[in-house]
Amino acid sequence: MIQPHDSIIVQSLGRFLVPVVQLFGLYVLFFGQYGPGGGFVGGVILGASMILTILIFGHDASRSRLGKKLLHGDGVGMLIYAGVGGLCLIGGGEFLNYAHLDIPGLETASRRSLGILLTQIGVAVDVAVSAISIVFSLSAEEIIEDSMNV
Amino acid sequence: MTFAYEIPLLILLLVTAGGAILMKDLMSAVLLLGCYSFFLALVWAWLGAVDVAFVEVVVGAGLATVLFLLTLFGTAPKDGRLRRPPPPLAALVALPLLGVLMLYAAKDLPEFGDPNSPASTHISPTYLQQSFQDTHTPNVVTSVLMDYRSLDTMVETVVIFTAGIACVLLLRRKVS
Repeated sequence: MIQPHDSIIVQSLGRFLVPVVQLFGLYVLFFGQYGPGGGFVGGVILGASMILTILIFGHDASRSRLGKKLLHGDGVGMLIYAGVGGLCLIGGGEFLNYAHLDIPGLETASRRSLGILLTQIGVAVDVAVSAISIVFSLSAEEIIEDSMNV
Repeated sequence: MTFAYEIPLLILLLVTAGGAILMKDLMSAVLLLGCYSFFLALVWAWLGAVDVAFVEVVVGAGLATVLFLLTLFGTAPKDGRLRRPPPPLAALVALPLLGVLMLYAAKDLPEFGDPNSPASTHISPTYLQQSFQDTHTPNVVTSVLMDYRSLDTMVETVVIFTAGIACVLLLRRKVS
């Protein structure tokens, strides 16, 4: 169990840093089509901001904020990704062929651009939630003493 | 000329990797591994693979280090049971031979950035020329990963999903 950090410097810096890191993560996620970055890195940065919250404000503080239900949200990103593929199927194309996304008023290339963006969001959600849930489970309880002496 | 930056970086890579293996203090080993990832990211950036360098910094030097440190908090910072037997003679003979074999094979690899190498003549020109008209995505790496090779990326996401689920299930303890 990770306790809140004592130092007021760490606490105040954390309050300042966490929103900045989250903003940067969103930037990397949505700018991945124009520069280095993308869903994977953006998701990891978003997850890292949550991990920073856990490390600074303790296990309980972020649990009350994020909710234990987060552990069950692991598949949402997968659902988004596969759902985009399913929408392509509904639109009459192959699985994950974004050109067949059934959105009126968009040309083919713009549809594919939109499909890339949506799937990147899916990857980001999946990676972020996986990272946070691993950290949660690693920091869930205090040390089991016996396991060291086996 | 190109060796001017690569050689010190590769030496730093070797030093940090060896240090991470030989270090008795696990905390220092974890931090050395973070340094290793960072130098590796510099190598990627130097070779022009900016996306890979970004991932290496964020995942290798950031997330993996935090996960290792959290694991250390849960166990012990110094593993007293760690006894290293001397490596067997077969390994001492076989591994240098393997290295010589790899160096011998590396002579036949195409030059870095050679436009006539098989990797850059097969399908890469098509991607480089067509991807902006096809997808309106200036970053070719993203358009290849997310559009042309979308199914591969989806299965990679499944891998991450599975890894996350497996970690949670294995490490699950009753929360007090």
